[in-house]
Amino acid sequence: MAPYARGLTEPTVAVENLVRGFNGRTVLDGINLTIREGEFVALLGRSGSGKSTLLRALADLDHDVAGTGLLQAPEKKSVVFQDARLLPWKRVLENVVLGLADSQADERGRAALAEVGLAGREQAWPVELSGGEQQRVALARSLVRDPALLLADEPFGALDALTRLRMHDLLRQLCQRHRPAVMLVTHDVDEAISLADRVLVLEDGRITADIAIDLPEPRGHGDPRFASIRADLLQKLGVTINH
Amino acid sequence: MSAYYVDTKHAVGGSRRQSRATAGSRAIDQRPRARRLGLGREIPYAAHLGTILVLAIWSLGSLTGFIDQRTLSAPWTVATTAVDLIIDGRLQSNLTTSAIRVALGLAFGIGIGTALAVVSGLSRWGEAIIDGPIQIKRAIPTLALIPLLILWFGIGEPMKVTVITLSVIIPIYLQTHNGLRGIDNRYVELAETLRMGHGEFIRHVVLPGALPAFLLGLRYAVTAALLSLVVVEQVNATSGLGYMIELARTYGQTSTILVGLVVYALIGLLSDGLVHIIQKRALSWRRTLAD
Ligand SMILES: Nc1ncnc2c1ncn2[C@@H]1O[C@H](COP(=O)(O)OP(=O)(O)O)[C@@H](O)[C@H]1O
Ligand SMILES: [Mg+2]
Repeated sequence: MAPYARGLTEPTVAVENLVRGFNGRTVLDGINLTIREGEFVALLGRSGSGKSTLLRALADLDHDVAGTGLLQAPEKKSVVFQDARLLPWKRVLENVVLGLADSQADERGRAALAEVGLAGREQAWPVELSGGEQQRVALARSLVRDPALLLADEPFGALDALTRLRMHDLLRQLCQRHRPAVMLVTHDVDEAISLADRVLVLEDGRITADIAIDLPEPRGHGDPRFASIRADLLQKLGVTINH
Repeated sequence: MSAYYVDTKHAVGGSRRQSRATAGSRAIDQRPRARRLGLGREIPYAAHLGTILVLAIWSLGSLTGFIDQRTLSAPWTVATTAVDLIIDGRLQSNLTTSAIRVALGLAFGIGIGTALAVVSGLSRWGEAIIDGPIQIKRAIPTLALIPLLILWFGIGEPMKVTVITLSVIIPIYLQTHNGLRGIDNRYVELAETLRMGHGEFIRHVVLPGALPAFLLGLRYAVTAALLSLVVVEQVNATSGLGYMIELARTYGQTSTILVGLVVYALIGLLSDGLVHIIQKRALSWRRTLAD
């Protein structure tokens, strides 16, 4: 992915000195961040470190959170939550095209569902789908809006390990095809390394590490560089591993 | 794909092991029947068993003279009285009158209750103005309003329909308002990220989300309507099921009273079943893989 984007294009996301807090307690304490067009950034951090707070700021979902700072993000952005967040009273296709007004919405919705491997399930109810399938619908719902920025908050956190690996492949393909800028919040180091162009670590309200991942695809544990980046990140997250 | 393959292999391995264990005695499942923690085997016709038993005791008591006919007519007397009432048309005409009263009361009550709930559920001003009076109205049992309503409307149909309407408004309003206000905040967030307009948000998220609560209110409303019907028809009426029963009381016709009660029971069961069907239809998205 790298040669295409690096350094040549305008930043899609620009954050300067972003501060956010709850009830007087500072959670984000001066975040600086740029994400370039088409760049895939993973955000790692301990539970409670403020990952969701940062993502929600980028998603315009933090009206009632106190804070300061400059924040520039594109109009066209989609959010994928940890829960698929489908409306249970709408069929799958209706969920995908929710809020779209154009006449080709249904057609594009069908295409998006086919892309995530759910062709033929357009008329199913959300309860009839497995957790992984529901999250695919959520991905389709995001992509059909053709976002310049895709924000995902631990989107695979509730899935089993096998399903999660398949979803990684799917997300990688979708991103290579549609090329949105991505910020993927995760607490899974392997997930971050295998998907992202850049991995950030959030700690004590600041970004304490910003590591470019130039590994060739497919990335796997077999590559010794994978293991060394992994050990490095784990150490930055405060986990010591004994070999 | 691979997960499926692994599963199949497991299944094959499992059955092989089992057939080895039962070698020589054919492949009959000889595991001891496990005792489950439930209530045990289902009883056939369980739902009707108690009713049949009551009917049997009633019949036996009537046959042996143990039950006085003036206190409780025999089941067959009730049946023949019902046939007589149908032949001379009294049952149908009274039933029709009552049915129209309930239908009107339900129609007005559901309409008004829903409208009030929507206004109060979707706007702060609406709630400020509507919710208080409704809560006060709720504190007064509707039937206690009958004397006042008789003064206002007389003892004719308008009074009766008004009483039923008032008793329907409350459960419809309360449940629907609750449903409208109880929309999951996660869906509100979703609607924001999808850039839905206010109208779209209400149409696609708020109203369908409140439907289950509205339907629950409908169920309560039907029960309330029937209760009000019974009372208004016994207070002041010259027609209707309640009137038929009252008249029978003055003449000591126990069997006619019983016919009236049976018809009430049938109306109650039927309307509840109807609401249940509406509920299932309207909430088909709730069905799980299990049913
Ligand atoms: N709505 C809220 N009200 C009060 N405190 C909050 C709220 N949301 C998050 N926090 C606090 O902010 C901190 C960061 O939360 P969050 O961004 O959700 O962490 P993460 O996603 O990294 O696990 C936590 O300590 C959490 O308790
Ligand atoms: Mg979080």
